[in-house]
Amino acid sequence: MTIQDSFLRIDHLDKSFRRGDAVSEVLRDVNLDIARGEFVSIIGHSGCGKSTLLNVVAGLTETTKGVVFLEGFAVEEPGPDRAVVFQNHSLLPWLTVYDNVRLAVDKVFGGARTKAKRDEWTMHNLELVHMAHARDKRPGEISGGMKQRVGIARALAMQPKVLLLDEPFGALDALTRAHLQDSVMEIHARLGNTVLMVTHDVDEAVLLSDRIVMMTNGPAATIGEVLTVDLPRPRKRLELVAHPTYLAARAAVLEFLYARHKAPTIAA
Amino acid sequence: MTVTARKLQAAPAVLTTAAAAAIVVPLKRATASPAERILPMLRALAVAVLPPLLTTLVILAIWQIAFDRPGATLPSPAVVWREASDLILDPFFVAGSQDMGLGWRVLTSLQRVAIGFSLAAVAGVLVGTIVGQSVWAMRGLDPVFQILRTVPPLAWLPISLAAFRDASPSAIFVIFITAIWPILINTAVGIRNIPQDYRNVSQVLRLNHFEFFYKIMVPSAAPYIFTGLRIGIGLAWLAIVAAEMLTGGIGIGFFIWDAWNSSRIPDIVVALVYIGVVGFMLDRLVAFVATRITRGTASN
Repeated sequence: MTIQDSFLRIDHLDKSFRRGDAVSEVLRDVNLDIARGEFVSIIGHSGCGKSTLLNVVAGLTETTKGVVFLEGFAVEEPGPDRAVVFQNHSLLPWLTVYDNVRLAVDKVFGGARTKAKRDEWTMHNLELVHMAHARDKRPGEISGGMKQRVGIARALAMQPKVLLLDEPFGALDALTRAHLQDSVMEIHARLGNTVLMVTHDVDEAVLLSDRIVMMTNGPAATIGEVLTVDLPRPRKRLELVAHPTYLAARAAVLEFLYARHKAPTIAA
Repeated sequence: MTVTARKLQAAPAVLTTAAAAAIVVPLKRATASPAERILPMLRALAVAVLPPLLTTLVILAIWQIAFDRPGATLPSPAVVWREASDLILDPFFVAGSQDMGLGWRVLTSLQRVAIGFSLAAVAGVLVGTIVGQSVWAMRGLDPVFQILRTVPPLAWLPISLAAFRDASPSAIFVIFITAIWPILINTAVGIRNIPQDYRNVSQVLRLNHFEFFYKIMVPSAAPYIFTGLRIGIGLAWLAIVAAEMLTGGIGIGFFIWDAWNSSRIPDIVVALVYIGVVGFMLDRLVAFVATRITRGTASN
């Protein structure tokens, strides 16, 4: 695959953090190509640098070596074409649900669309995540799952080329998480976004992804294996429970994480 | 009302007994008579008003007993009332250039505080923002601020009199220099404590410096800024009374000094009550504005 064929390309990426004289190498020689519309998960044990990798793609963290290309252009700074859904939602608590999304809409489409169009687009995205009813609530007044829905709406509203999800459901209870996973699948099916998601949940990765990128343990983590999940879409949680492909994929990821690349004892 | 409505909607889904129980509660509330509604309000009012009222009466009684004897150095409440009831009853009389109601004097003092405190608020928030944003400004300026803020307000007065050669601007400068430190230091702390999440959001959205300032920085630091403003207004009110005692004019501070020089001790007692009440109201005013503006930020 050349750069032109690849939608998002992570090319020979190294990342190390320097604190005084101590240098800690987090990522070494990470290479990944993602096609347009693909849903890719990154899975690995805590501290393997998967969030760092996502932050590099987002532009929030600089690379030490190597380049991230999006549609052939090098990523140098954060921008709305790579919208991030943060693990802790990161909504601005002094703005209402509507205003949180509207801030993003105004910033991205401020010059291009009229006020009425921007209002319509804000509400459209809130409806997409089923949060239109809470438009005038503040983040402090809604549940964790609802906050994450608004976070997703804000990211979608930017019409990003790539949607970056940083353990988006990690802080939620199992039932809420399942609901949101279904929502994300539904949105992905409808809009065909390219998605890069960091997770530590094996079932989540298998259920949502077209490919699962498995990271080795740090320091100097890299991609250990890439698993293609060849399950037809739309995927139904209940039907997949006993599906042989699902079970095989799940077993392969578990085997990678717990047999070949056991978590270091310090990372509980 | 929303709670009631939700209960009614949810009722059919749960057990019938639970549904029946859920309906009884709203019905009872809906048919409450006016007396039943007013009674709890009166009770709440009594709970809020009675204890301070009783405490005040007890304090006045003790004071009256302690100083109600010939040769007492301080006046008893009865003496204060007898000698200074005109000051208590009519705050806004004018009978001459130095003989006027305490209301006018308080307003004059408040005007000085308003000017000095406003200047301190604007300068404190702006400089605090710079100090909170820049590591180098922080390192360079913080030691200077930490030393200057311990200088007592009145110690600034001679030097400001020397600089301005006039009483009124000097008093305002003393207010300014007293109130600015807590505002400045709290703002700097608030800016430094802006969560990385909000910075990430602003980076992904590509907010420019101006947008970042008024959409992220100011709201995020608002609780800290208002804490600083609240401490600042308290200090400003403390300082104005002391400053006016030395600079003269029409303010409440000079009134006390004047009363002392003409041995009108009951007048001083009344003036102290005025100062206390006004200081309390200023504090509550800033606190009220703070809760209105920072609603939401604090709840997260």
